[in-house]
Amino acid sequence: MAEKSYDAVVIGGSSGSMEALQKIIPSLNRQLKIAVIVVYHIHPDSGDFMVKYLGQRSELAVRQPIDKEAIEPGVVYIAPPNYHLLVERNRSFALSIDEPVNYSRPSIDVLFQSAADTYTEKLVGIILSGANTDGSLGLKYLKDRGGLAIVQNPETAEMGTMPKGALSAASVDHILDPDGIASFLNQMAK
Amino acid sequence: MSVDNQQIEIDLLLQAIYIKYGYDFRDYAGASIKRRILKRLSSSGLGSVSEMQHRLLNDSYFFKQLLLDLSINVTEMYRDPSFYQTFREHVIPNLKTLSHVKLWHAGCATGEEVYSLAIMFQEEDLNEKTQVYATDINETVLRKAKEGIFPEDKIINSEQNYKKAKGSKQLSDYYFKKYSHVTMRNSLKKNVLFADHNLATDESFGEMNVILCRNVLIYFNQKLQDRVIGIFNESLVEGGYLCLGTKETISFTSYGNQFKEIDKEVKIYQKI
Repeated sequence: MAEKSYDAVVIGGSSGSMEALQKIIPSLNRQLKIAVIVVYHIHPDSGDFMVKYLGQRSELAVRQPIDKEAIEPGVVYIAPPNYHLLVERNRSFALSIDEPVNYSRPSIDVLFQSAADTYTEKLVGIILSGANTDGSLGLKYLKDRGGLAIVQNPETAEMGTMPKGALSAASVDHILDPDGIASFLNQMAK
Repeated sequence: MSVDNQQIEIDLLLQAIYIKYGYDFRDYAGASIKRRILKRLSSSGLGSVSEMQHRLLNDSYFFKQLLLDLSINVTEMYRDPSFYQTFREHVIPNLKTLSHVKLWHAGCATGEEVYSLAIMFQEEDLNEKTQVYATDINETVLRKAKEGIFPEDKIINSEQNYKKAKGSKQLSDYYFKKYSHVTMRNSLKKNVLFADHNLATDESFGEMNVILCRNVLIYFNQKLQDRVIGIFNESLVEGGYLCLGTKETISFTSYGNQFKEIDKEVKIYQKI
């Protein structure tokens, strides 16, 4: 994988994925010079809990993106609760309060599809544990545009529905456990 | 950055809409616009965005449907209760000192926020001296806003948020239930003028004490955000308040230094 370089990583997770995120995000190397963008299904009223929690444990900066903010490498962005998070063509963020997609807002599909339009083959997509299939279409879309698809091994996921859905929707490049995902990403640090 | 054919088709579609019908969506945030267009495309049975373009140029009814998809219609009563609570604590006392209040809901969609604020103004005894302008680009949603009839299932959540926003009564004191809908009381819209206004193409209108435009700017690109904040700046009196959505900011526009931040969390600004 070292021969190919990537500009961004999108990660989607739902129930049970907190455990995986807790392993992955704090393990990321300070030298990682790509943006990591996360949609985690969380209660609409949970504020910036995730940002604080992961931020205190991580070497990389962890932030909630601001609307129209330019996407910076080496930053972990967590979608704000109750908003969809989208990537614009000029590599900035946009938020939306459009209806939930797959009963979810933020929706993983919405992030993945807009990110794939922008980053095309420079994008890595990762689907973690979850009890619904949000993200399956998004991962396939990302794959169709030349991106790299990774799915958490359903056996290591608390909820297997989401990784299994992604595996059957897209031809996935790697099936890894959370530690494997972290070391895979760290290999991209140059 | 390579541009795929579909993106070219979308850009041309928006251009066609502007030339033919005068609605300018060209500076809306692209990723959401694309989702909306593709959603209509898949339900229309047409084969491509170009076919949609052909259809809407020749079929104004089809355009009206698409217009409904493209305009920002998502809203709810008392979304972000902390905003209403802060407004009550920091803005209302100031408005009470005025002899007359002019308030503009820009991009009011189906009007849920218009009624949310009207309820607060009634509870604070401000309704009698307040003139409200509620504007949107879409006549269909404006008509809905004016009717003030909302599906009952959305009200349950609003009832909880009304409480969190420190409403002094029950939300149900302000509407009648009928079948599966609720109708807002007429007294709430007595001072409200519903009117057509397009933030992308129309100009300022004046002497406002408060402008509410929540979760509309997120659908615009930076250029259009700049235009719109400029209009608001022009329309507000000195010391007037600008209320945006909690995840919106004026810091990426040229007007950042024309306002002071009253509340960082809920994005209430005051014109200097």
